Amino acid sequence: MTPLHSALSRLLDGKGWIVLGGLVLAAVVLVPALNLAAPPGSPFRIPDYMVPLLGKYACYAMLALALDLVWGYAGILSLGHGAFFALGGYCMGMYLMRQVGTRGVYGHPVLPDFMVFLNWKELPFYWYGFDMFWYAAAMIVLVPGVLAFVFGFLAFRSRVTGVYLSIITQALTFAMMLGFFRNDFGFGGNNGLTDFKEILGFDVQARTTRVGLFVISVLALALTFLICRFVVTSKLGRVMLALRDAEGRVRFLGYSVTMAKLFAFTLSAVLAGVAGALYVPQVGIINPSEYSPANSIEMAIWVAVGGRGTLYGAVLGAFAVNFAKTWLTGAAPEVWLFFLGLLFIVVTLFMPKGLAGLRGQWRGTRKPRFTARRRAAEAGDD
Amino acid sequence: MTEAAAIAAHEPAAPHAARPLNQPTAADDQHLYLDGVTVSFDGFKALNELSLVVAKGELRCIIGPNGAGKTTMMDVVTGKTRPDAGKVFYQGRVDLTRLDEAQIANLGIGRKFQKPTVFENLTAFENLELALKNPRGAWAALAARLKPAQIGRIDAMLERIGLADKRFGPAGALSHGQKQWLEIGMLLMQDAQLLLLDEPVAGMTDHETEATATLVLSLAGERTVVVVEHDMEFVRSLGARVTVLHEGSVLAEGSIDHVQADRRVVEVYLGR
Repeated sequence: MTPLHSALSRLLDGKGWIVLGGLVLAAVVLVPALNLAAPPGSPFRIPDYMVPLLGKYACYAMLALALDLVWGYAGILSLGHGAFFALGGYCMGMYLMRQVGTRGVYGHPVLPDFMVFLNWKELPFYWYGFDMFWYAAAMIVLVPGVLAFVFGFLAFRSRVTGVYLSIITQALTFAMMLGFFRNDFGFGGNNGLTDFKEILGFDVQARTTRVGLFVISVLALALTFLICRFVVTSKLGRVMLALRDAEGRVRFLGYSVTMAKLFAFTLSAVLAGVAGALYVPQVGIINPSEYSPANSIEMAIWVAVGGRGTLYGAVLGAFAVNFAKTWLTGAAPEVWLFFLGLLFIVVTLFMPKGLAGLRGQWRGTRKPRFTARRRAAEAGDD
Repeated sequence: MTEAAAIAAHEPAAPHAARPLNQPTAADDQHLYLDGVTVSFDGFKALNELSLVVAKGELRCIIGPNGAGKTTMMDVVTGKTRPDAGKVFYQGRVDLTRLDEAQIANLGIGRKFQKPTVFENLTAFENLELALKNPRGAWAALAARLKPAQIGRIDAMLERIGLADKRFGPAGALSHGQKQWLEIGMLLMQDAQLLLLDEPVAGMTDHETEATATLVLSLAGERTVVVVEHDMEFVRSLGARVTVLHEGSVLAEGSIDHVQADRRVVEVYLGR
């Protein structure tokens, strides 16, 4: 009998690698080919608007993975992940604003348009360095990471759990929204940052740039999946699952629950920040509405719909819900919120394990994670 | 009457009674030493200047009516509750009241909860894997990979606690008694030298109780075991020294026959 843990501590099995490789290859080859090379009018042609849209979904899927890591595994329901996503996005937005240079409406060589408009004379110190991509890239990782670390340290050390933690994460993102709405905060207030021109010297509006950003987003999504998978298949992943079920027991075994949670929360925030940074050049704007509590709640719905604690379910859920959103907000915008609420109720009542759990549900097994092994064990009993 | 005097009065023959309780001696003699521990919840004294010594390798049973402070005593030792007054020494040196749960666990103190607490969504094997004595940091856990020798130790433990055939099954599907055993197995994997077992046979069948008694007896000597239990038959079958708690302090101490013959013990159990 092969030891149980070997299957559990594998990053992916053979089939998993094939599926992942196949999906990534299909996305990074087919989408560019069908957008750039397919002749206009061909039924297979992917229209230009579709490429950044798909890229946006990939960023949302990364965000959903980050949320699933903390919620699905460590049992921390963060309803403020939009804050980390938006912070990563703002860092990228600041870089893009500095790249505008003299091409802004006011043509100021250093100050972004909104600062000229506010009659500011010099760049605030926290905008320094954002003209350099490496600096912005470091901030994309550091700003959400440090915020999550400090916030998480205080919350987890004080043993804030469950719904109370959800509420304070919600308060965090709400507070950030109020701050970023203010003009004197120095991030463009209500309008946020927009009207970008260039990223690393490439025109952000160009078709090829958009295809490039899409490809990078898909690769980043695959990498995020592998990072999360590495964590959840490690012993730390089992510690996370354990503390979701019986936090006290984990403590009395000698593990620092605070540190395990802090690790998951901080990593998750960093991944969310990177997702936000890839999102901004594709949608062309970042504004304080990204911090709105409703956004963060919607993210939890993606994960719930896809099935939490599976990782691939989060990706599935993010794509499915956002496709539905794009379609419905176009076809019948007034019903979207009702649909979202209904979806959440239906999933909670009838698909507790989400889309990812449907296969197991149809087979009549309650816990797909154990089916193969339970069968093996039962066979061994007989 | 002080607790030391109570012991002296009721069991003059016991060797422990001859030693004054408030003077620390060799660490071996005092694996665990509670010195005047008081815990109050909103004015109610769950523990009232409780003093208690457990020697290394000893098997000790703690009994007492509901609310006597048995579980609170375990909470204090394992760092879940901070006492208002008093000290708790481990091996005569370390003051446990200054440490948190994880630090105390890493000193070698393991605790089984009253309600069996295992990780229901993990397999029996994984439950023991997490308990296995290893570096406990987040980074260490991220990099940890089981070595064949460790797998062997986990399998041997599954054998010892009678769960070898449940290795692949989720712990949540185990029976109540099996969960109790798995939890004891986790304490052993953790290499705990002092085991605190809160009602290890609650809800067990007679057969399971017997098997548990055998398991607990096999631990004594090798490790120090403190058992909190209501089941008098089980306590009798362990044949260990018994401490009776009442209203947060020690009422009597001695063999089971001795304490059961004590008029005041009978009184607090039957009511006045």
